[in-house]
Amino acid sequence: MSHPALSIPAFAVPHAITPLLEVQDLQVHFGSKPAVRGISFTVHEGETLALVGESGSGKSMTALSVMGLLPDGGRASGTIRFAGRDTSTLSPAARRALRGGEIGMIFQEPMTSLNPVMTIGAQIVEALRQHQPLSRTAAKARALELIDLVRIPDPKRRFQDYPHQLSGGMRQRVMIAMAVACGPRLLIADEPTTALDVTIQAQVLELLDRLRRDLSMAVLLITHDLGVVGQWADRVAVMYAGRKVEEGDPSALFALPLHPYTQGLLRASPRLDDAQHYTQGPLTEIPGSIASAAGQDGCAFAPRCPQAVAACRAAVPSLRILESGRKVACPLAHQD
Amino acid sequence: MKRHLPRLARIAGHAGLRALPTAIGIVILGFFLLQQAPGDAVDVLSGESGGLSTEAAAALRHHAGLDQPVLSQLAAYLTGLAHGDLGWSARFNVPVTSLILQRLPGSLLLSGTALVVSVLAGAALGALMAAREGSWADRGLSVAALLFYSLPSFWISLMLIVVFSIHLGWLPSGGSQTIGGPEGGLAGLLDHARYMVLPVTSLSLFYIAIYARLVRVAMIEARAQDYVRTARAKGLSESRILIRHILRNALLPLTTVAGMHLGGMLGGGVVVETVYGWPGLGRLAYESVIGRDFRVLLGILLLSSLLVIVANALVDILQGLLDPRVGVSHAA
Ligand SMILES: Nc1ncnc2c1ncn2[C@@H]1O[C@H](COP(=O)(O)OP(=O)(O)OP(=O)(O)O)[C@@H](O)[C@H]1O
Ligand code: SF4
Ligand SMILES: [Mg+2]
Repeated sequence: MSHPALSIPAFAVPHAITPLLEVQDLQVHFGSKPAVRGISFTVHEGETLALVGESGSGKSMTALSVMGLLPDGGRASGTIRFAGRDTSTLSPAARRALRGGEIGMIFQEPMTSLNPVMTIGAQIVEALRQHQPLSRTAAKARALELIDLVRIPDPKRRFQDYPHQLSGGMRQRVMIAMAVACGPRLLIADEPTTALDVTIQAQVLELLDRLRRDLSMAVLLITHDLGVVGQWADRVAVMYAGRKVEEGDPSALFALPLHPYTQGLLRASPRLDDAQHYTQGPLTEIPGSIASAAGQDGCAFAPRCPQAVAACRAAVPSLRILESGRKVACPLAHQD
Repeated sequence: MKRHLPRLARIAGHAGLRALPTAIGIVILGFFLLQQAPGDAVDVLSGESGGLSTEAAAALRHHAGLDQPVLSQLAAYLTGLAHGDLGWSARFNVPVTSLILQRLPGSLLLSGTALVVSVLAGAALGALMAAREGSWADRGLSVAALLFYSLPSFWISLMLIVVFSIHLGWLPSGGSQTIGGPEGGLAGLLDHARYMVLPVTSLSLFYIAIYARLVRVAMIEARAQDYVRTARAKGLSESRILIRHILRNALLPLTTVAGMHLGGMLGGGVVVETVYGWPGLGRLAYESVIGRDFRVLLGILLLSSLLVIVANALVDILQGLLDPRVGVSHAA
């Protein structure tokens, strides 16, 4: 499943023609402060792209830009195409039809993302009826199916429940049910398991993986957990301080990370490949903090990079495409 | 809905259990406090009528039970209360109950209307201010709210009378209906309403100011919540998001505060009813203070505290209906 080609359903259009989602040179600013500094990537029909990076690297702002839901004060520039259409040219109504209709999104914060004074049933029904001409009873029946689909036991009873009656994992399942309610072509999952217990995390990820196959959705999976990427993604893009620094096939990337930041991230990740990390001493964190990237000329990672040389601070390294298809934004990185 | 009935019943039960001791406490405390005030109704009557003979005064006191020791007066009063009897008005020489019942509808009408008007106007203005946050409309309304919050209601009442009755002559300056005017029917109702405009406005402005500010803040807070972002992610229209997701949550604090204010409005009626000569409990309270008619005052006190208790219970139940998290046992 780590080959993109294999995850494309037989009936899907060959992806070489038009990517489902195409982001070009996306920049997000809060006032003069940059949050995303020119990122480009594509997601093909049926494909799972993982966007990885530590906290503050701009993953959520990238995802919210795609939805057109940046928080107040955030300004985006660049181009976002969905199914070939430039989203900035769409009317407000057409954008709304996209949101929740063709693109579903689940958020990082399951505890606060549901309306506390509406039953979860009503919240799912609301998502359904916004995009589909369903009668009340039909919508309710469909909502019950969805609750069952996300493996919440006793759907009839749960339909009447309010969010505070559910655990975090259950609430995230409700969010998933809402996001996939109208059969979106793209699901954006922004750290869907970060706020959950470790035991629940795997269940929710498995659910997402099953759903994306059953509903043949493409997934933009945002995470800072590399273990998640290895298991579920077809392709992975690593972000640092608002830019993409490396991109490639997950197994190849984990076997041989080329960018010094990816290398550091892998060393700091406890759950990868074998058990040796658990036994071999403490985790190595990447020294320094992402805050050092602010106002940094040239490579944003330079203040924390063990291999940095003077030239690194002169210009922002461009993203090179290597023979293997790997993309990396570091002039010193090379494939042996 | 059915699943929530036990929870609502529990809320109502709690409110009832709290109510009884509170009411009894208020009566006893009020009784002793009023006993401390100098003079009694008979002194006042005697002063007004240019002096009563000692015998006549003693007879009046005896008739009203004012010559008994304090504790037996209290015992008699409580015994009467247990039978639904609020005692005898020494000043008007009628049962307190009938005196109060005669004035109660006027007060309820005034404060009830004021409450509804304040809540509606406050919510609308607050929502407008939040929608235009930072604009001149928002700032202007904020200043106006601050102004009406700090102006005393008697001053507002007098200014309204000066402007709308005396200068413009649009509205009557006092009373509750035109003498010899239309009775009953639509015409009677409209006549009544004309007399209510100024008192209701005087009573409401202060509360409108509070509610507008409260709702403004609550709306600004609510619309920044994660669930509003979720609603947008579903593709809902802005008006639907406003009504179903933002307003519903932002109005929760308003129901609590407005419910607690019902008592304050009944109390605020003292000033407004007196200024406008409105036949309500407030003016009766004022008259009975002047006349040292403490039984009447005590009766009003008891009734108002009961009204406040009932209002609070209703608020608790309303909140339970609006907010599913209220009244959930902590074990859940
Ligand atoms: N509302 C906001 N106002 C100003 N700056 C913001 C706002 N939201 C995010 N930012 C900034 O944008 C940058 C990127 O934030 P973003 O939430 O995209 O990070 P992230 O990669 O999703 O991190 P995390 O893993 O913590 O979710 C951060 O430096 C943050 O300070
Ligand atoms: S460009 Fe220089 S500083 Fe940046 S990652 Fe490569 S070696 Fe490190
Ligand atoms: Mg994030």
